[in-house]
Amino acid sequence: MSDNKQTAIIDYGLGNLFSIQRVVSHLGGIPLVTSDPSEINAAARLILPGVGAFGDGMEKLKSLGLVGPVKDYVRSGRPLLGICLGMQLLMSLSEEFGLHEGLDLVPGRVKRLPDPGANGPAYKIPHIGWSHLEPPHQSSWKGTIFEGIETGVFVYFVHSYVVAPDSPQPVLAETEYGGIKFCAALRQGNLFGCQFHPEVSGEVGLHILRNYLNNF
Amino acid sequence: MKNIRVIPRLDVKGPNLVKGVHLEGLRVLGKPEDFAQRYYEQGADELIYLDVVASLYGRENLLEIVRRAAGHIFIPLTAGGGLRTIDDIRSLLRAGADKVAINTAATRNPRLISEAARAFGSQCIIVSIAAKYRDNGRYEALTDNGREKSGRDVFEWAREAVELGAGELLVTSIDREGTGRGYDLELVRKIAESVPVPVIACGGAGRPEHLLEVVREGQADAVAAASIFHYHRLQALQSMDKFKDEGNIEFLRQSRGTTQYMTGRMQPSDIPAVKSFLQASGVSCRSIAPAADGQGEYVRQQADSDH
Repeated sequence: MSDNKQTAIIDYGLGNLFSIQRVVSHLGGIPLVTSDPSEINAAARLILPGVGAFGDGMEKLKSLGLVGPVKDYVRSGRPLLGICLGMQLLMSLSEEFGLHEGLDLVPGRVKRLPDPGANGPAYKIPHIGWSHLEPPHQSSWKGTIFEGIETGVFVYFVHSYVVAPDSPQPVLAETEYGGIKFCAALRQGNLFGCQFHPEVSGEVGLHILRNYLNNF
Repeated sequence: MKNIRVIPRLDVKGPNLVKGVHLEGLRVLGKPEDFAQRYYEQGADELIYLDVVASLYGRENLLEIVRRAAGHIFIPLTAGGGLRTIDDIRSLLRAGADKVAINTAATRNPRLISEAARAFGSQCIIVSIAAKYRDNGRYEALTDNGREKSGRDVFEWAREAVELGAGELLVTSIDREGTGRGYDLELVRKIAESVPVPVIACGGAGRPEHLLEVVREGQADAVAAASIFHYHRLQALQSMDKFKDEGNIEFLRQSRGTTQYMTGRMQPSDIPAVKSFLQASGVSCRSIAPAADGQGEYVRQQADSDH
């Protein structure tokens, strides 16, 4: 463990934070579930979890006065891991139920997974289940939260929307569902995002979170 | 590509893992945590715990079982049985469940589905439908662990539950449950084709072929099974001569009663065997590479990075 300081899990009223809190403790971290800007600013690293609609998520962050503190934290170069909706909120814009502005830390959009056509392959939206991770072409996971993870391992997803960064540069991992390839994880300096849920992705997920707690 | 989820279902009564036929005639198999831990290590994609007592006592018991499992099992855990209110759901999520399954309370007060979906997100609300065949292709949804009639048509209820906000449906055939005769393919297919959310098929798996059928012909997105995995685990425990501690398997040794296991209908299998069979048959599912110790590890050079 690089230090013993707190990992702030940002509580903005969306979704179930108990699993992620428990896993951080299990891995020897010190989780602090909080919506207090000063506690967030004092933490060694942040986790921005969340499930639900993008617009609701941004509204809640705004009403809690957290948009500025979270952006300042990331811009100061300190680590943040966004999970699921928490990763999508890092983007500039979302197309979920109209256009919504995001935290705008990673240039790009959040788009709906394309609906399967009537005669297309049989798959459902939301995408619920396990899909594999692979690095984008010719890139390496060394020095990232995926260090030590084998290409092709499976992680657990629950989502209907995906992120589409303007540039391929921040794409850390890709996956595929229903014939659509999309961004499964992001990295931009010390800013990370996982579309999947590492807290319920078995030993692979634990390894990813352990890397984040120990190395960032 | 769609990866099919393979989900052991653990019915619990008090501190025990139990299994019945048509949800009746429950027998004690052992301690749920021992089965659950092994299933996790072997690559189960999720676990479902259902408390078959469904009483106030049952809820407290379920909370304790979930609490223990959540400490060392890091895949999605679904829990249900006797949930009545938003507070009941919150308690289970707080104890470590990632999703909850609701049946009885939802049929009596469908608004519970929408309220729960709004409070916690659709992704953690599974509506559990126990279907009993009536006539002319009609099925009735039963409640109270198969003991009571709801008067609801299963296909209408499935659509209504999804419109109200159910994120997934767990569809159990009471007629097939515990029999090892295979899933009710028609039931599963009709529901899977009529709703946009994933359908977890349950009830009847006795052999690996049954899981394949319900994916191919039933269009299931996930498959839940109990006997096929539990009985395999019991055989392993028996061979280790541990079964005296783990549970009562006397009924497995006697070829009487309603346990079809002894008649040869069932082919108890572990999760890796079922998944290998599915994959060899062209069905995609998650696999974890076995490590040298056989405990199901995946990470390259983990020893290097950890020590």
